[in-house]
Amino acid sequence: MEIREIAKLLDAEIVCGENFSEDEVEFAFASDLMSDVLTTKHDFLLLITGLANLQTIRTAEMSDIHCIVFVRGKKVNEEMIELAAENEMVLIECRYSMFKTSGILYAAGIQPVY
Amino acid sequence: MEPMHLQYEVEGGNFSKAGFASSEIKKVLKQLNVDAKTIKRIVVSSYEAEVNIVAHAYKGKISAMIDNEKIELFYDDEGPGIPDIEKAMQAGFSTASPEAREMGFGAGMGLPNIKNNADKLEITSEIGKGTQLRITVALTPEMN
Repeated sequence: MEIREIAKLLDAEIVCGENFSEDEVEFAFASDLMSDVLTTKHDFLLLITGLANLQTIRTAEMSDIHCIVFVRGKKVNEEMIELAAENEMVLIECRYSMFKTSGILYAAGIQPVY
Repeated sequence: MEPMHLQYEVEGGNFSKAGFASSEIKKVLKQLNVDAKTIKRIVVSSYEAEVNIVAHAYKGKISAMIDNEKIELFYDDEGPGIPDIEKAMQAGFSTASPEAREMGFGAGMGLPNIKNNADKLEITSEIGKGTQLRITVALTPEMN
Protein backbone atom coordinates (compact mmCIF):
# COMPACT_ATOMS: atom_id res chain seq x y z
CA MET A 1 0.00 0.00 0.00
CA GLU A 2 1.26 3.46 -0.83
CA ILE A 3 2.17 5.66 2.12
CA ARG A 4 -0.15 8.44 0.99
CA GLU A 5 -3.04 5.96 1.03
CA ILE A 6 -2.11 5.04 4.61
CA ALA A 7 -2.20 8.73 5.59
CA LYS A 8 -5.61 9.04 3.93
CA LEU A 9 -7.04 5.99 5.72
CA LEU A 10 -5.85 7.42 9.04
CA ASP A 11 -7.04 10.94 8.25
CA ALA A 12 -3.46 11.87 9.12
CA GLU A 13 -0.95 14.42 7.98
CA ILE A 14 2.40 13.75 6.31
CA VAL A 15 4.75 16.23 8.02
CA CYS A 16 8.04 15.08 6.48
CA GLY A 17 9.04 13.22 3.31
CA GLU A 18 6.03 14.02 1.14
CA ASN A 19 8.26 13.13 -1.88
CA PHE A 20 8.30 9.51 -0.77
CA SER A 21 4.54 9.23 -0.23
CA GLU A 22 4.21 6.91 -3.22
CA ASP A 23 6.56 4.37 -1.66
CA GLU A 24 4.93 1.07 -0.75
CA VAL A 25 4.60 -0.44 2.73
CA GLU A 26 3.63 -4.07 3.35
CA PHE A 27 4.41 -4.67 7.02
CA ALA A 28 3.90 -2.70 10.21
CA PHE A 29 4.98 -2.89 13.83
CA ALA A 30 3.42 -0.94 16.71
CA SER A 31 5.35 -0.11 19.89
CA ASP A 32 6.33 2.70 22.22
CA LEU A 33 9.36 0.72 23.29
CA MET A 34 12.34 1.38 21.04
CA SER A 35 14.14 -1.67 22.46
CA ASP A 36 11.36 -3.77 20.89
CA VAL A 37 11.65 -2.00 17.57
CA LEU A 38 15.40 -2.74 17.52
CA THR A 39 14.72 -6.49 17.70
CA THR A 40 12.63 -6.58 14.49
CA LYS A 41 14.29 -8.35 11.61
CA HIS A 42 12.12 -6.93 8.82
CA ASP A 43 13.30 -3.96 6.76
CA PHE A 44 11.10 -1.20 5.37
CA LEU A 45 8.55 -1.60 8.13
CA LEU A 46 5.97 1.00 8.96
CA LEU A 47 6.44 1.95 12.61
CA ILE A 48 3.37 2.96 14.59
CA THR A 49 4.36 4.67 17.84
CA GLY A 50 3.26 7.14 20.48
CA LEU A 51 6.87 7.94 21.42
CA ALA A 52 7.86 11.20 19.77
CA ASN A 53 11.49 12.10 20.41
CA LEU A 54 14.81 12.12 18.59
CA GLN A 55 15.58 8.54 19.60
CA THR A 56 12.46 7.35 17.77
CA ILE A 57 14.03 8.68 14.57
CA ARG A 58 17.47 7.26 15.46
CA THR A 59 15.91 3.85 16.15
CA ALA A 60 14.17 3.95 12.77
CA GLU A 61 17.42 4.93 11.10
CA MET A 62 19.27 1.95 12.61
CA SER A 63 16.41 -0.44 11.82
CA ASP A 64 16.00 0.63 8.17
CA ILE A 65 12.50 1.91 8.86
CA HIS A 66 11.45 4.61 6.40
CA CYS A 67 7.98 5.53 7.58
CA ILE A 68 6.71 6.37 11.07
CA VAL A 69 3.13 7.08 12.13
CA PHE A 70 2.96 9.05 15.39
CA VAL A 71 -0.34 8.26 17.08
CA ARG A 72 -2.39 9.80 19.92
CA GLY A 73 -1.84 13.28 18.49
CA LYS A 74 1.91 13.28 19.24
CA LYS A 75 3.76 16.07 17.47
CA VAL A 76 7.17 15.83 15.89
CA ASN A 77 9.63 18.69 16.38
CA GLU A 78 12.06 20.43 14.02
CA GLU A 79 15.05 18.41 15.19
CA MET A 80 13.20 15.17 14.45
CA ILE A 81 12.16 16.39 11.01
CA GLU A 82 15.73 17.39 10.21
CA LEU A 83 17.13 13.97 11.11
CA ALA A 84 14.26 12.19 9.36
CA ALA A 85 14.76 14.22 6.18
CA GLU A 86 18.47 13.41 6.20
CA ASN A 87 17.49 9.74 6.23
CA GLU A 88 14.73 10.11 3.61
CA MET A 89 11.98 9.11 6.01
CA VAL A 90 8.28 9.85 5.94
CA LEU A 91 6.76 11.10 9.21
CA ILE A 92 2.99 11.08 9.71
CA GLU A 93 1.05 12.67 12.56
CA CYS A 94 -2.20 10.92 13.44
CA ARG A 95 -4.72 11.75 16.15
CA TYR A 96 -6.04 8.18 16.49
CA SER A 97 -4.95 5.80 19.25
CA MET A 98 -2.38 3.11 18.54
CA PHE A 99 -5.12 0.46 18.71
CA LYS A 100 -7.39 2.23 16.24
CA THR A 101 -4.51 3.01 13.88
CA SER A 102 -3.33 -0.60 13.94
CA GLY A 103 -6.88 -1.88 13.44
CA ILE A 104 -7.52 0.30 10.41
CA LEU A 105 -4.24 -0.64 8.76
CA TYR A 106 -4.61 -4.35 9.56
CA ALA A 107 -8.11 -4.35 8.07
CA ALA A 108 -6.72 -2.65 4.97
CA GLY A 109 -4.22 -5.47 4.46
CA ILE A 110 -1.02 -4.27 6.12
CA GLN A 111 0.73 -7.35 7.54
CA PRO A 112 2.13 -7.95 11.04
CA VAL A 113 5.77 -9.07 11.42
CA TYR A 114 5.13 -11.74 14.05
CA MET B 1 41.03 -2.28 1.19
CA GLU B 2 43.30 -0.66 3.77
CA PRO B 3 42.00 -1.27 7.31
CA MET B 4 39.97 1.68 8.56
CA HIS B 5 39.89 3.10 12.04
CA LEU B 6 37.04 5.33 13.25
CA GLN B 7 36.75 6.95 16.65
CA TYR B 8 33.99 8.85 18.47
CA GLU B 9 33.42 10.38 21.88
CA VAL B 10 30.15 9.78 23.75
CA GLU B 11 28.72 11.99 26.50
CA GLY B 12 26.92 10.25 29.33
CA GLY B 13 23.36 11.43 29.88
CA ASN B 14 23.09 13.31 26.58
CA PHE B 15 20.21 11.50 24.92
CA SER B 16 19.86 14.05 22.13
CA LYS B 17 23.24 12.95 20.77
CA ALA B 18 22.81 9.21 21.38
CA GLY B 19 23.14 7.40 18.08
CA PHE B 20 25.40 9.92 16.39
CA ALA B 21 28.42 7.60 16.31
CA SER B 22 26.38 4.61 15.14
CA SER B 23 24.87 6.76 12.42
CA GLU B 24 28.35 7.75 11.22
CA ILE B 25 29.43 4.10 11.26
CA LYS B 26 26.36 3.24 9.17
CA LYS B 27 27.32 5.85 6.56
CA VAL B 28 30.83 4.42 6.26
CA LEU B 29 29.53 0.84 5.90
CA LYS B 30 27.13 1.96 3.18
CA GLN B 31 29.99 3.62 1.32
CA LEU B 32 31.93 0.35 1.58
CA ASN B 33 28.96 -1.44 -0.02
CA VAL B 34 28.46 -3.84 2.87
CA ASP B 35 25.13 -5.65 2.37
CA ALA B 36 22.07 -4.11 4.03
CA LYS B 37 21.31 -7.02 6.38
CA THR B 38 24.85 -7.04 7.77
CA ILE B 39 24.80 -3.24 8.15
CA LYS B 40 21.59 -3.50 10.12
CA ARG B 41 23.06 -6.13 12.49
CA ILE B 42 26.12 -3.96 13.02
CA VAL B 43 24.37 -0.64 13.55
CA VAL B 44 21.62 -2.07 15.77
CA SER B 45 24.34 -3.59 17.99
CA SER B 46 26.30 -0.36 17.90
CA TYR B 47 23.30 1.79 18.72
CA GLU B 48 22.33 -0.43 21.66
CA ALA B 49 25.89 -0.19 23.02
CA GLU B 50 26.01 3.56 22.44
CA VAL B 51 22.68 4.10 24.21
CA ASN B 52 24.03 2.00 27.10
CA ILE B 53 26.96 4.41 27.50
CA VAL B 54 24.63 7.42 27.40
CA ALA B 55 22.21 5.78 29.84
CA HIS B 56 24.69 4.40 32.36
CA ALA B 57 28.16 5.96 32.08
CA TYR B 58 29.70 9.41 32.56
CA LYS B 59 31.48 9.33 29.23
CA GLY B 60 32.86 6.88 26.75
CA LYS B 61 34.78 6.21 23.57
CA ILE B 62 33.67 4.21 20.58
CA SER B 63 36.13 2.94 18.05
CA ALA B 64 35.63 0.81 14.98
CA MET B 65 38.24 -1.21 13.10
CA ILE B 66 37.13 -2.30 9.66
CA ASP B 67 39.02 -4.58 7.30
CA ASN B 68 37.98 -6.82 4.40
CA GLU B 69 36.77 -9.60 6.64
CA LYS B 70 35.21 -8.02 9.70
CA ILE B 71 34.28 -5.02 11.77
CA GLU B 72 35.37 -4.82 15.38
CA LEU B 73 33.65 -2.26 17.57
CA PHE B 74 35.00 -1.19 20.95
CA TYR B 75 32.92 0.64 23.56
CA ASP B 76 34.99 1.85 26.46
CA ASP B 77 33.23 3.86 29.15
CA GLU B 78 34.01 5.56 32.42
CA GLY B 79 31.09 4.69 34.63
CA PRO B 80 29.76 2.62 37.50
CA GLY B 81 30.59 -0.72 35.87
CA ILE B 82 28.42 -3.84 35.84
CA PRO B 83 28.45 -5.79 39.13
CA ASP B 84 27.07 -9.01 37.63
CA ILE B 85 27.55 -9.39 33.86
CA GLU B 86 25.65 -12.66 33.72
CA LYS B 87 22.63 -10.96 35.26
CA ALA B 88 22.99 -7.95 32.93
CA MET B 89 22.86 -10.35 29.97
CA GLN B 90 19.49 -11.72 31.07
CA ALA B 91 16.58 -10.44 29.00
CA GLY B 92 14.43 -8.11 31.06
CA PHE B 93 17.05 -7.20 33.67
CA SER B 94 17.59 -3.44 33.77
CA THR B 95 18.98 -0.73 36.02
CA ALA B 96 18.03 2.10 33.64
CA SER B 97 16.91 5.51 34.89
CA PRO B 98 13.40 6.89 34.32
CA GLU B 99 14.97 9.24 31.75
CA ALA B 100 16.27 6.31 29.68
CA ARG B 101 12.85 4.69 29.90
CA GLU B 102 11.16 7.85 28.69
CA MET B 103 13.36 7.63 25.61
CA GLY B 104 11.98 4.16 24.86
CA PHE B 105 14.85 2.15 26.35
CA GLY B 106 15.67 0.46 29.64
CA ALA B 107 13.64 -2.70 29.11
CA GLY B 108 16.62 -4.95 29.72
CA MET B 109 16.86 -5.92 26.08
CA GLY B 110 20.01 -4.12 24.92
CA LEU B 111 22.79 -6.56 25.75
CA PRO B 112 20.75 -9.64 24.72
CA ASN B 113 19.95 -7.89 21.43
CA ILE B 114 23.63 -7.13 20.81
CA LYS B 115 24.41 -10.80 21.45
CA ASN B 116 21.73 -11.84 18.93
CA ASN B 117 23.02 -9.52 16.23
CA ALA B 118 26.78 -9.81 16.67
CA ASP B 119 28.97 -12.75 15.71
CA LYS B 120 30.91 -12.21 18.92
CA LEU B 121 30.33 -10.12 22.04
CA GLU B 122 32.89 -9.75 24.83
CA ILE B 123 32.24 -7.73 27.98
CA THR B 124 34.60 -6.77 30.77
CA SER B 125 33.75 -4.45 33.61
CA GLU B 126 35.24 -3.06 36.78
CA ILE B 127 33.02 -1.64 39.52
CA GLY B 128 33.47 2.09 39.93
CA LYS B 129 35.68 2.34 36.82
CA GLY B 130 33.80 1.36 33.71
CA THR B 131 32.75 -1.19 31.15
CA GLN B 132 34.29 -2.39 27.90
CA LEU B 133 32.39 -4.09 25.10
CA ARG B 134 33.94 -5.63 22.04
CA ILE B 135 31.55 -6.52 19.24
CA THR B 136 32.70 -8.41 16.17
CA VAL B 137 30.67 -8.90 13.00
CA ALA B 138 31.95 -10.71 9.93
CA LEU B 139 31.69 -8.77 6.67
CA THR B 140 32.15 -11.77 4.39
CA PRO B 141 29.58 -14.59 4.31
CA GLU B 142 32.35 -17.24 4.53
CA MET B 143 33.20 -16.17 8.06
CA ASN B 144 29.69 -16.78 9.38
